[in-house]
Amino acid sequence: MTYCGHCGEDASVGDHTRCDELLLMEPPRFCTSCRRRMVVQVVPNGWSARCVEHGVRTS
Amino acid sequence: MTDVLQIARDHVLEQGLGLSEEHLVQILQLPDEQIPELLELAHAVRMKWCGPEVEVEGIVSLKTGGCPEDCHFCSQSGQFQSPVRAVWLNIPELVEAAKETAKTGASEFCIVAAVRGPDQRLMDQVREGIKAIQAEVDINIACSLGMLTQAQVDEFVEMGVHRYNHNLEAAKSYFPQVVSTHSYEERWDTCLMVREAGMELCCGGLVGMGETLEQRAELAVQLAELRPHEVPLNFLNPRPGTPFGDQELMSSQDALRTIAAFRLAMPHTILRYAGGRELTLGDLGTREGLLGGVNAVIVGNYLTTLGRDANEDIDLLVELGMPIKELQKTL
Repeated sequence: MTYCGHCGEDASVGDHTRCDELLLMEPPRFCTSCRRRMVVQVVPNGWSARCVEHGVRTS
Repeated sequence: MTDVLQIARDHVLEQGLGLSEEHLVQILQLPDEQIPELLELAHAVRMKWCGPEVEVEGIVSLKTGGCPEDCHFCSQSGQFQSPVRAVWLNIPELVEAAKETAKTGASEFCIVAAVRGPDQRLMDQVREGIKAIQAEVDINIACSLGMLTQAQVDEFVEMGVHRYNHNLEAAKSYFPQVVSTHSYEERWDTCLMVREAGMELCCGGLVGMGETLEQRAELAVQLAELRPHEVPLNFLNPRPGTPFGDQELMSSQDALRTIAAFRLAMPHTILRYAGGRELTLGDLGTREGLLGGVNAVIVGNYLTTLGRDANEDIDLLVELGMPIKELQKTL
């Protein structure tokens, strides 16, 4: 992983403990490979997040 | 000061009358040590005037993001630097979401879109979606699609929409600090049209947006004046990039006082736990709310954030001996 899925910043820089906690309560918004904003769809029992470059992640 | 809890017992519990704004402020000012007594009273009011049943609902975002409005709490506004990108749900996905919701025992499924009001493309998509759900899923369909014209209200009635959600969001006196692209009165007018057309009105708001306790009480009284069938109560979940993104979370004690105050303002309405409850109150808060005036929950995920596992909520209802309201009872 290169980037934080919550804030989109470099995952190796700074403390992302709070981001990790929040990712338990919301889907990632940033692609962890390229930090592009992903297209995210939340449904009642899951979510999907699509990066134009790196494809789809699901819950 | 006269004991406001005794006044609430006399007026709300015994007579089913909503508490006045002045008394609601006193409720919201009660010290922490009186919260258990307050919740016990709010629960007694709910049991007496609504009964033990709990209405379960699932929601889904049909059109996410890119909204032209500037509701300062919302990550779906196109006016803020929010990480939420625009996306539409297709009809098969919508039907699947309704099926998953129905599996939890829910009687309501709400289709939501981040818009000022529906344009023709959205009206067509909703019509097609409702038809597809009605063909495959036994569930009441609700919609939340922004401000409506009378013609659109009539169309939703004809489509068989059971309930329409349009929140006041904030007290009239605080509304200009929350939204600048439309007025409180525009929201109010849509609510009146919905109610007068015979659809059930779902109208609530958010708390924890920086409003005063007086404004929180004001919101409760203004909601009561609308006589909504259901009031969804949201707690601000500060979203990155929004004007309210740096607001501190409301304390759990304030949240519990607010739940009880809303029940005491509206003893007969469905009071639904909506967004932000997990973050503000944690897992224990769901139990405390259900034993403090709440009689409806949104299960599963929200529009852009995640909720508790639906099974956890259903298991809790079983443990508390609160039956899930059945579909036919809401028709």
